[in-house]
Amino acid sequence: MSVFFLQRILTLVATLFAASLIIFLVLDALPGNAAQMLMGADASPDAVRALTVKLGLDQPLTVRYLLWLKGMAVGDLGNSYVYGTPVAGLIAERLVLTIPLAIMSMLITVVLALAAGIYTAANHNKIGDVGVMSLTQIGIALPNFWFAILLILLFSVKLQLLSAGGFAGWDDGIWPGIRSLLLPAISLAVVQAAILARVTRSAVLEVLREDFVRTARAKGLGKREVLWRHVLRNAMIPVMTVMGLQFANLLAGTIVIENVFYLPGLGRLIFQSIANRDLIVVRNCVMLLAAMVVIVNFVVDMLYAFIDPRIKVANL
Amino acid sequence: MSAPLTAAAGTAAIAPGARPVTGFWRRALRHRSFLLGAVLSLFVLGAALLSLVWTPWSAYDIDVASKLHPPSAAHWLGTDVLGRDIVSLLLVGARSTIMVGVIAVGIGLSFGVGLGLVAAARKGWTEELIMRMSDFTFAFPAVLSAIMLAAVAGPGMVTSITAIGIFQIPTFVRVTRGSANAIWAREFVLAARAAGKGSFRITIEHVLPNILSILIVQATIQFALAILAEAALSYLGLGTQPPQPSWGRMLNDAQTLLFQSPMLAVYPGAAIAIAVLGLNLLGDGLRDLLDPRLARER
Repeated sequence: MSVFFLQRILTLVATLFAASLIIFLVLDALPGNAAQMLMGADASPDAVRALTVKLGLDQPLTVRYLLWLKGMAVGDLGNSYVYGTPVAGLIAERLVLTIPLAIMSMLITVVLALAAGIYTAANHNKIGDVGVMSLTQIGIALPNFWFAILLILLFSVKLQLLSAGGFAGWDDGIWPGIRSLLLPAISLAVVQAAILARVTRSAVLEVLREDFVRTARAKGLGKREVLWRHVLRNAMIPVMTVMGLQFANLLAGTIVIENVFYLPGLGRLIFQSIANRDLIVVRNCVMLLAAMVVIVNFVVDMLYAFIDPRIKVANL
Repeated sequence: MSAPLTAAAGTAAIAPGARPVTGFWRRALRHRSFLLGAVLSLFVLGAALLSLVWTPWSAYDIDVASKLHPPSAAHWLGTDVLGRDIVSLLLVGARSTIMVGVIAVGIGLSFGVGLGLVAAARKGWTEELIMRMSDFTFAFPAVLSAIMLAAVAGPGMVTSITAIGIFQIPTFVRVTRGSANAIWAREFVLAARAAGKGSFRITIEHVLPNILSILIVQATIQFALAILAEAALSYLGLGTQPPQPSWGRMLNDAQTLLFQSPMLAVYPGAAIAIAVLGLNLLGDGLRDLLDPRLARER
C-alpha cells in the first residue's frame, strides 16, 4: 500500500518541478530581458540596466530559478514589476473570488450531471432519456462564454434580475457575493454538466448490466434500492476520473468567464499582467493554475484507489 | 477510401473498413446523427469555401455611416458597429476557424500519433517516458499555454494555433498508444514478426492501418474542441487579431453592445455551436459506422 502512495507522491513532486521549469523557461528565458520589455524599445540603455539590476534579472538563469523555487517554498513570490507590491498578496486577493467561483460551478455541475445521468440511465431509451441526451449534445457544443453572454441577455438585459457583471465582494455578507457569482457559475457548469451527465449515464448503464445487480434484484431489492445502494458506488470511478479532468477545464474556463463578467479574479489579474508585461505575476499565476490541475488529478487518483482497492493492485 | 488501407494491412488484418464501401454508405445514409452531423459540418465547410470566392460585402471594409443596421435585403443579418456586413463576417470567420482547427489538429495528430506509435512499439522506459510527458501536458490547458505564449511572443493566430496544437497532443498519444497496444497483441502481428518484419515496418503496415478509423473519429472530436478553444482565445484577444474576422472576436465586440443590438451576440455564438455540434455528431456517427463494436455503449 505504502509503495503505491510513495510512487504517486514522487510522481506528483516530479511533475510540479517539471511544470515550474517549463513555465520559468518559457516566461523568463525566451523573451530576453523583462526590463527592456517593461520600459519599451526607446528606453535608454542605462535605465534598462538599472532596472535589470533592481529586478534581480542580472543574475544567472539557474540562480533566478532556484531563488523562485525557494521563494515558493517560503511563500515569498517576489514583488510585481508594475505595482511593486508582493505577488503573493495580489494573487491571494483574487483567489477570494476565483476559488468560490470554481467551487460553486463544480457543485452545480455535479448536481445537474448526476441528476440527469441517473435519470436517463434509469429511463434508458424512453422519451425522457432521448430528450435529455439531445439537450446534453447541444450543451457540449455551446462555448461557455457564449452561454454566459446569453444568460446576461436574458437575466440582465431582458428580465433585469441580476447585474451583467462585477463582483459585490464578501464584506456585506455572503449573499451579495454569491448573487454576483451565480450567472458565471451557471455558465461554467452547464457545459461541463452536459459532458459529465453523458459519462454518468453510460457508467450507470454499464453497471446495471453486471451480475451482482441481477443478484440484488433476485434477492428482492427494489429497482430504486439497487440503483442507490449498489449501482451508484460502482459507477463513480469513471465519473470521478472525468470530474478530475474537467477541473482543468474549469480553471481555464474561469479565466474566460471572469472576463465575460468583469470579475476581478485570477483570470483578470493574468490578463492585466500580460497587458502590463508584468511577467513575474504571469509566471506565478500560471504556476498556481498548473499546480492546482496536477494536485486535483493526484487527489482523484488517491480517491479511486480508496473507492476501489483493486486499482492499487493493478498499478503495482 | 478504405479499400487501399485494407490491402496495405494484409489479408490477416480484420480492418473495420474491410466491408464493401457501398455497405458503409448505405448504413451511413440511415444513421441519423451521422447524417445531421455531416450536413452541419458541410454547411460550415461550404461557408468557409464560399468566402474564398464570394461574400455579399467585403468583410474588411469599414463603413461607419451604415453601422448597426437591422437585418434588411441588403444586409441579411444587419451590420456591426463598424458598418461591416454580419453575413460576410460570419463567412470569413468560418474560414479562420477551420484554418486554425485544421492546423492545430494537424499538430496534435502528427506529434500525438507519432509518439503514441513509438510508445506502443518500443515499450519499456520509452513508453513510460512518453506517457508521463503526455500526462504532464494535461496540466496546461490551451488557455494557459496561450497566456504564456502571448505574454512573451504577443497574441495572434500563431500563438493560438500553437497553444491548441500542444493541448491536442496528449489525447492523441493516449488514444494511439491504447489502440496500438491492442493491435500489437494480435496474432497477425506475431505472424509478421515471424516473417522477419521489424517493428517499424509492422507499425506502418499493420498497426497504423488498423487504428486509422479510431484516429479519424478522435480527430473529428478534437476538431470540435479546437474550434471551441479557438473561439475562446480570440474572444479573449489572444487568438486571431482584427481586422481578420473571427467568431470569438465578433462575440467580444458584440458584448459591449448588448443593450443596443443583442442579436449581434447571438449569430457568431450560434455559428460556433453549429460547427461544434456538427463535428461531434459526425464523430459519434463515424464511430458507430466504422467500429460497430464500440456502438454498444450508446
